Amino acid sequence: MNLYDFLSTTQEMAENRGPHDHVVLSSRVRLARNLKGHPFPGRAKKSDRVEACELISAQVAGLASMRGGYVESMSSLQALDKQLLVERHYISREHAAKSAGSGLALSKDESVSIMINEEDHLRMQSILPGLQLKQVWQKIDRVDTNLEARLQFAFHDRLGYLTACPTNLGTGIRVSAMLHLPGLVLQEQINQIIQAVTKLGHAVRGLYGEGTEALGHIFQVSNQMTLGESETDIVERISKVLLQIIEHEENARQTLLKNKTTELHNYVGRAFGVLAHARIINSKETMNQISLMRMGTSMGMFPTLTLAALDELFLISQPAHLQHLLGAKHAGEERDVHRANLLRERLAGVKGLQLPK
Amino acid sequence: MKCCQCDKEATVHLTEIIEGQMKKIDLCEECAKEKGVTDPAGFGLADLLLGLGASQQIEDAAAGGQLSCGACGFTHTDFKKAGRLGCPDCYETFSEALEGMIKQMHKGTQHHGKVPRALRKAKDLSKQRTSLQERLTRAVGEENYELAAQLRDQIKGLDAHPTEEAAD
Repeated sequence: MNLYDFLSTTQEMAENRGPHDHVVLSSRVRLARNLKGHPFPGRAKKSDRVEACELISAQVAGLASMRGGYVESMSSLQALDKQLLVERHYISREHAAKSAGSGLALSKDESVSIMINEEDHLRMQSILPGLQLKQVWQKIDRVDTNLEARLQFAFHDRLGYLTACPTNLGTGIRVSAMLHLPGLVLQEQINQIIQAVTKLGHAVRGLYGEGTEALGHIFQVSNQMTLGESETDIVERISKVLLQIIEHEENARQTLLKNKTTELHNYVGRAFGVLAHARIINSKETMNQISLMRMGTSMGMFPTLTLAALDELFLISQPAHLQHLLGAKHAGEERDVHRANLLRERLAGVKGLQLPK
Repeated sequence: MKCCQCDKEATVHLTEIIEGQMKKIDLCEECAKEKGVTDPAGFGLADLLLGLGASQQIEDAAAGGQLSCGACGFTHTDFKKAGRLGCPDCYETFSEALEGMIKQMHKGTQHHGKVPRALRKAKDLSKQRTSLQERLTRAVGEENYELAAQLRDQIKGLDAHPTEEAAD
């Protein structure tokens, strides 16, 4: 099946909304699982990997929750396809580098994605817009339960699910949320928040996971410990932390509006100016400016604009999405021109900042 | 303060905690460079005090020499290099070396949470069996043969319905 016939459009994706989406972009739970009696993918010979991948793919394809889904070997995907899947957070950057012997499965509604032979035999995740951690946990828990009836997972009485890296041991769970925190960044409170969250045993990362920058004021908060605590306890603990961060972000935005009104309007207004008039713009600047406009929109500064429209712009201005949209390969500089054209086109009907009198 | 290797003025002062004991060392710039102290990742006090390679040996000794996994051939050195294990059996092979690390990394060392259904069933069954067996022994000891016969039948009943193979 052609990947692009399968995938939802960026518009459909952006219009799928969730609770607290002015701050929480998405919620995700992933589980790491391995087959009993097989070496982990990093250790396995290519023939072992291919064998394990075929075995797993067949069982995954047979799941009821994967009916009408997409199951493919990574070798049948082009570099651009893989990059696009990374931009949608369906696969990791590490997995995008994989080829034969690794695979990918996506459920029909794209809320479940399974990486086969990434670092572990199975990395299965569920992702939903907004703050919906409980829902994503229940979703992936069901997939896991159905899969364990078909495959024998490596499990240890005391240590729980066995994973290639000891950091994932036990539950194999990573619960995370993608947060949009421009208010805390502008108020220079973000480092305090990161420190507090880290102290509670959670990790804070950039947009594309480990070792990436916090582009567009986007931060990923996730649990760090996986052994010694149940899945539901981990989900609940993170949910509580997230609700607090949301409150801090809302307060930061309100404080900006109250105490630094002109500065705030200046940031947002300039962002709009750049995006609506630039002739050359790279993806990094685009993300940072869209981020500011997004905050402004959530505060009612652009009455004709929706968060969904901006989230779609955010997605299509990323390199692989843009290239796919243009339908041809373009060098970086050319891409920056096309990106600017696209942004001007999309923002053409938008009036400048609408401020209460 | 003087360098502990030569008599020059020490400019590099190191503190390392090894197994709960704090060790301090003072070095001049040249000796520090020679010992590779400028690269924090590649430096261990043990190397400095006992000669290069000592910390590796100590660790290997602690991990039971050049231990290798019977199932996949992974060695302790492989693990140190990759930061990943080779296969599920490695957790048994390197259990001693892993114990401290796991304790540091996680909230606890005992899994709380989901257990595969097949294992859960098998576990419940074996618990039930153990308890019946204990009661049977007691009944025999008390010469309560009627109860003993009942219990024996119950155990037979459990065994007649084997569940899926229990792992590990």
